[in-house]
Amino acid sequence: MAATHAPRQSLLEASGSQRRKITSKILVGMTGAATLIALVPLLLIISYVVVQGFQSLNFDFFTQTFKPVTLGSAPTSAGGVLHAIVGSLLIVGIALLMAVPVGVMAGIYLAEYPGTSASNVIRFSTDVLTAMPSIVVGVVAYVLIVQRAQQFSALAGSIALMVLMVPVVTRTTEEILRLVPGSVREAAMALGVPKWRFTLNVVIPMGLSGIVTGILLAFARAMGETAPLLVTVLGNNNLTFDIFGPMQALPLIAYRYTEQPFEVLNQQAWGAALILVAIVLFANVMVRLATRRTTGGR
Amino acid sequence: MQHADAVSGWERLRRRTRHGDLLFWLIALSFAVLVVSLLVAIIAVTWDGSAAARHEFGFGFLTSSTWNPVKNQYGALPAIYGTVMSSAIALLIAGPIGVMIGVFLAEVSPSRLRMPLSFLVELLAAIPSVVYGMWGIFVFIPFFRKWIATPISEQFGDAIPLLAGPVTVGRGMLVAGIILAIMIVPTIAAVSRDVLSVVPTHQREALIALGATRWEVIRHAMIPYARAGIIGGMMLGLGRALGETMAATMVIGNTPRIEGSLFAPATTAASLVASQLPNAGSEMHSSALILVALVLFCITLVANSIARLLVWKVQRGSGGRA
Repeated sequence: MAATHAPRQSLLEASGSQRRKITSKILVGMTGAATLIALVPLLLIISYVVVQGFQSLNFDFFTQTFKPVTLGSAPTSAGGVLHAIVGSLLIVGIALLMAVPVGVMAGIYLAEYPGTSASNVIRFSTDVLTAMPSIVVGVVAYVLIVQRAQQFSALAGSIALMVLMVPVVTRTTEEILRLVPGSVREAAMALGVPKWRFTLNVVIPMGLSGIVTGILLAFARAMGETAPLLVTVLGNNNLTFDIFGPMQALPLIAYRYTEQPFEVLNQQAWGAALILVAIVLFANVMVRLATRRTTGGR
Repeated sequence: MQHADAVSGWERLRRRTRHGDLLFWLIALSFAVLVVSLLVAIIAVTWDGSAAARHEFGFGFLTSSTWNPVKNQYGALPAIYGTVMSSAIALLIAGPIGVMIGVFLAEVSPSRLRMPLSFLVELLAAIPSVVYGMWGIFVFIPFFRKWIATPISEQFGDAIPLLAGPVTVGRGMLVAGIILAIMIVPTIAAVSRDVLSVVPTHQREALIALGATRWEVIRHAMIPYARAGIIGGMMLGLGRALGETMAATMVIGNTPRIEGSLFAPATTAASLVASQLPNAGSEMHSSALILVALVLFCITLVANSIARLLVWKVQRGSGGRA
């Protein structure tokens, strides 16, 4: 093996090494260029959202609800999106309340009882749910609730979002609980502690930051989901707390107001987009910080 | 003596804790089974909800290209064509770029840059799709129509029907493909990076010892080894593009027709459902839309299953050899 080190230089020179070196430089350089190319839209989108969105953030934006656009030489509307902020938090909050117990317990099951045929079926289902187009989930909520009740409702939206959140929570819970060292489990087992007690008292507290991380990611994902809300909560121009009726949400504002011909409403769409992007960025940075600590800076 | 003691102690312990453990197992299992039942419910509901359309149109639903809610005539071909076409464009653009990013992050980049760059690429995947749609409408489409679509259709439109004008509002198949490409690049990049970084070191060392250049190491040692995983990553990206709803709805133009030109407005299965289901006028209309959703579900399921299988194969292979 060691002998091959010596002819390395001569081998390079022997077979058109200059050409090969240049080819290598160019192609390796292209991989760097591709990375830059992919980052351009990211920076463009984020900076555009920040610049445009900040212009529409003001006191009214957070405290007023929709006001019809007053037509004039310059159409104006002094309204805000309070109803959408309240609606988004309410819809996602209810979805979270339903998704967290299911997701966390399913994650515990997968981590604590691996290798059974039941856990294979469950893992497969989680994978399929993760990859499920969100509109399909929306359609299911539409058929189950909206069509039956003859009424668009926030609750239908919450149920659709719940289905999208569960697999995220399940997978992160499972992965983080797997990081709990086997020696901890063995120590507990050796002491004669029942499995349920050390799972609740030892394993889950150790993985708590990871579980919270998963919930945070699911929250961020659900906040930005638009398609399922479009076919379930529909939208509403008034502030409402009635979860059995149509409701407004931030992503719906971003979508609907973008399609409006009025500059003032387009501006509010950017404001809504800024809030959504801020939530996503915040959640991701938090997740980064949390996982860096638990996995030792990897 | 000690042995017998240990057994009986163990037995006593087991008896004492059995009920708690059994209960805990049952509770965890019932929640986990709830996850499975969500999937079962989704399949059952879409199957049941689309019964009317399935009976009325049968298999012809997939091959008919009429979509006319007024006459209650529905065919999914324009939606399937739009879904497949826009996703294929996205994959064509995002595939090579994503793999190159994966190579860069796994092998080329200085280790100090690796973390922040990976993070930035992953952020791209987290941005809500409605924001991509907005950016498409306000920023990308005006730019695209003026500087790309119009000149190209004027230059080559007569010769190549795929690039024919007139470029109207700018919303159309190609724009949707490009926006979808931006959205799936991070998926492909992340999977490629992961499968490339599990290539065993001795694979690379062997080629380095032979005097290979850096690119030759990547080309001949790393990519062949990770090929199945890279293809799997592309299929995962494809799965995302197939099911993407909002960005597609906003930039593709929502016209359920099959047009020859890539600059012409089109529709995808997801955007057809999203834009028409809330205002579905008749029973048959909503049933047809639910059937479109079911078809979409099947298409993404196939794409994702192949992807998972390939990624899994690579990871298992490396685990066995390492």
